[in-house]
Amino acid sequence: MVAVAVEPRRDVANAPVILSVENLHVHFATSRGLVRAVEGVSYQVRRGEVLAVVGESGCGKSVSALAIMRLLARPAGRVAAGRVVFDGRDLLKLSDDEMRRVRGREIGMIFQEPMTSLNPVLPIGLQIMEPLRIHLGMGEEQARLRAVELLRMVGITDPERRLNQYPHHFSGGMRQRVMIAIGLACNPKLLIADEPTTALDVTIQAQILELMRDLSQRLDVALIIITHNLGVVARYADRVNVMYAARVAEQGTSDDIFLRPRHPYAMGLMRSVPRLDRPRGVRLETIEGLPPNLLDPPAGCRFAPRCQFRVDVCSSEPELLETESGHRAACHRAVEFASGALAPPALQPLAAVRAAEAQAEVAPILAVEGLKKYFPVARSTGLFARISAEVRAVNDISFAIRPGETLGLVGESGCGKTTVGRLILRLETPTAGEIRFGGKDIAGHDAQDLRAMRRRIQAIFQDPYSSLNPRMTVGQIIAEPLQVYRMVPNARAAKDRVAELLSQVGLFPYMAERYPHEMSGGQRQRVGIARALAMEPSFIVCDEPVSALDVSIQGQIINLLEDLQRRLGLTYLFIAHDLAVVRHISNRVAVMYLGRIMELADRDAIYAAPQHPYTRALLDAAPVPDPEVERARAPRALKGEIPSPLSPPSGCVFHTRCPLAGEECRREVPELREAQPGHFVSCIKV
Amino acid sequence: MADVAIPAAAARPRRRNALLAFCIAQPLGAAGAIAIIVMGAAAIFAERVAPYDPVAIDFGAMLAGPTVDHWFGTDAFGRDILTRVIYGARTALAIGFLSSFLGCTVGAVVGVASAYFGGRTDMVIQRIMDILLSFPIIVLALVVVAMLGRFLVLGVDLNLILAIAIPMLPRVARVVRSSALSIRELPYIDAARVQGFGHARIIFRHMVPNVAAPYLIMFTASIAQAILLEASLSFLGLGVTEPTPAWGLMLSGNASDFYREAPWMILFPGLAISVAVFAFNLFGDSLRDWLDPKFKV
Repeated sequence: MVAVAVEPRRDVANAPVILSVENLHVHFATSRGLVRAVEGVSYQVRRGEVLAVVGESGCGKSVSALAIMRLLARPAGRVAAGRVVFDGRDLLKLSDDEMRRVRGREIGMIFQEPMTSLNPVLPIGLQIMEPLRIHLGMGEEQARLRAVELLRMVGITDPERRLNQYPHHFSGGMRQRVMIAIGLACNPKLLIADEPTTALDVTIQAQILELMRDLSQRLDVALIIITHNLGVVARYADRVNVMYAARVAEQGTSDDIFLRPRHPYAMGLMRSVPRLDRPRGVRLETIEGLPPNLLDPPAGCRFAPRCQFRVDVCSSEPELLETESGHRAACHRAVEFASGALAPPALQPLAAVRAAEAQAEVAPILAVEGLKKYFPVARSTGLFARISAEVRAVNDISFAIRPGETLGLVGESGCGKTTVGRLILRLETPTAGEIRFGGKDIAGHDAQDLRAMRRRIQAIFQDPYSSLNPRMTVGQIIAEPLQVYRMVPNARAAKDRVAELLSQVGLFPYMAERYPHEMSGGQRQRVGIARALAMEPSFIVCDEPVSALDVSIQGQIINLLEDLQRRLGLTYLFIAHDLAVVRHISNRVAVMYLGRIMELADRDAIYAAPQHPYTRALLDAAPVPDPEVERARAPRALKGEIPSPLSPPSGCVFHTRCPLAGEECRREVPELREAQPGHFVSCIKV
Repeated sequence: MADVAIPAAAARPRRRNALLAFCIAQPLGAAGAIAIIVMGAAAIFAERVAPYDPVAIDFGAMLAGPTVDHWFGTDAFGRDILTRVIYGARTALAIGFLSSFLGCTVGAVVGVASAYFGGRTDMVIQRIMDILLSFPIIVLALVVVAMLGRFLVLGVDLNLILAIAIPMLPRVARVVRSSALSIRELPYIDAARVQGFGHARIIFRHMVPNVAAPYLIMFTASIAQAILLEASLSFLGLGVTEPTPAWGLMLSGNASDFYREAPWMILFPGLAISVAVFAFNLFGDSLRDWLDPKFKV
């Protein structure tokens, strides 16, 4: 529907400049002092150009966009210096009234969270027509016609009828289309999208990004995409700004940044993400340490404390200088990188083949057989609500995990992967089926028997912020199970054990005194891992353990999980939506869709030769951080939406979106069968 | 005193610093705390502080305005209002503190348990709370007082405390339940369950400390409310009775007949109630911020 023929990238380099940000400084006054959130950022955007601003959380990428829109939280945030020249005018000098006429009319904005950025009590038609009537003075009828046209343009079918619907009638992807329609309503010259697809699934993300790029080309709108996803950048951006600690670290075309990075931070980022387009079997390179605290940033180069190429001159501030035409890097050694005199070392291969890969015939540590979990849903609310529907979150799945192995479980949101994890942890009671752990069925056990089992199966959770009790110190959190299960004789031994566990996960023993909020996301996730290890488990369910972390921290945690597995002989169930991360860490991979396993195979087999059309679509949709690879691929966004698990399609649940689907797929529920030795697929067409 | 105080202070420097840090970080809260301490001291040492006997009648000085002898003036019986305000702090604090503590603590435990167990337990508890909530506070308190009568222990009517505590219970239970509900869904509660901890440990170690903020706000706010409720009940003749000095009681009775001629009769007890309410609210808010580890530097 959106997929237009791929055109070669237009020559936007000579288009007129629409936005020019010059030496922008943004300060926030906080109770702990002045935070310089953006320092001396300069860039230009040309008409029809797609500029990506990448960086980790807190690097100032969103704040600089808000500063352009003059939407900084007042009075704490203010623009301390700089100019934002848009279409010949300095936006920072406009009066509030004038600025209001620019917002929405000449500059549109799209936010990250489509679920909350539409007003839930107004029909979407009204929300699209609002800017048209305010900014363009359109009448009711005229605005309605334009709204219909806009909805059609963003690929929403039956727009006349949908104008009267409310946001809750729309899925996340559809809402983001509505947001784009609102953003484009008044034919703006510039559209700023702050993490527009972060909250969306990978197949929907591809649809939305295709749509945005297509529209920006057709309507000649400049587009600023703020993101942390390097793959998105490589596929869609013309130019890229890499930001680090409030400053621009590197600036150039996406080819410059991805193929010829000149700043060690950009290089590190590229090397620390697991990638689908690179052979596996190398250890992830990580950027050690943490981004600086902007309350008290290091003098000189901000990246120097984490930089492996640090030299004496780095204690002075580097300027953003051109290394090649149009390619700038804020690094003293950029010229050395450019000339090839200096290069990062080759990636090290993984130390040893993991035990599980050799011994395939061992009895499984965990076997799941015909597992089902249906959640009852009350259709009406109130005292006499009757349960009239069920969500089939997990619908008859079976798999086994061998000791020492990692099974990756991937799928989009709502596919039931998290529920599988919760069932194994017995946080939910299965509707039917067996979960055998070490030969014993744990699905039907009561609390008493579970206690013994609990010690063997532990969990690492997604959100490092809410998975630690904020009122307990790190030491108390880790020591609690030691005391409850009397695993240590006294408080002294508990303290020693906590120190040992902390060092095991790469933290310092003195951190036991700290509260979770005094630590960074990555450190908290390490505490979560230490807490799990305190129970001395043999099996750990990792539910999206890195998806809430910044790119450079993700690599550290993945490496830690791998090291611990090797050292302690752990077995993992690794639940994630990021295909590249799963490929990196797993021995075998199961792909889930709407409560069922679509494909289950050895990692290399599933990524090299995916059999199921859904697996193929997922792999197609996942952007790869390499612009050359991306250009060579045709955009193949999977059409349609994920059906509601309340009323899953008949037959094969994937048939509504499947390119291969035929009449028989509607009728027949495909079995998960062994298509090749060890490669299971549930599709009758394969 | 001094030679004892010095080694004690040296032994607990951390405590001293914490107190000082609280005063610096929360000046308004410190002001509230000082007001509460002054009231507490007045209540405890009323016999020494107050210039007169609270029940001594002086017909020579009836309805006298504020003078050097009677700073706050006198009432219709010639009793010194300053003295009665000081003694009134005793009644107000005893009843306010005890009834709020009882109402809020029981309410918080009910709320957390209701949220944690959920399902049918939650449903039954919440319907009981609904029944309690369906009565206006004053009516419910009246019913309890009327049913139970008086039960004096050390001059404090325990049934009055119960009568004030019961209407508070469902309100606190509701507020605490709603924050406990959101806490129950957080991964750290899942983590505790995965570690196989018992219900009691999860409720008291992992959930209760995290509902401390709404509990403290409710607690301090309801002390103020309890003082007002005690005043209302006294006004209706079901709370504290004459001649016991109580702020609420001082506002009622003769005061309402003479407020035009002798506005000081209602002004000073009224001020005492306002200051008490304000002080508890200020202190409660600051305490909440202070106890939240996120606010600590």
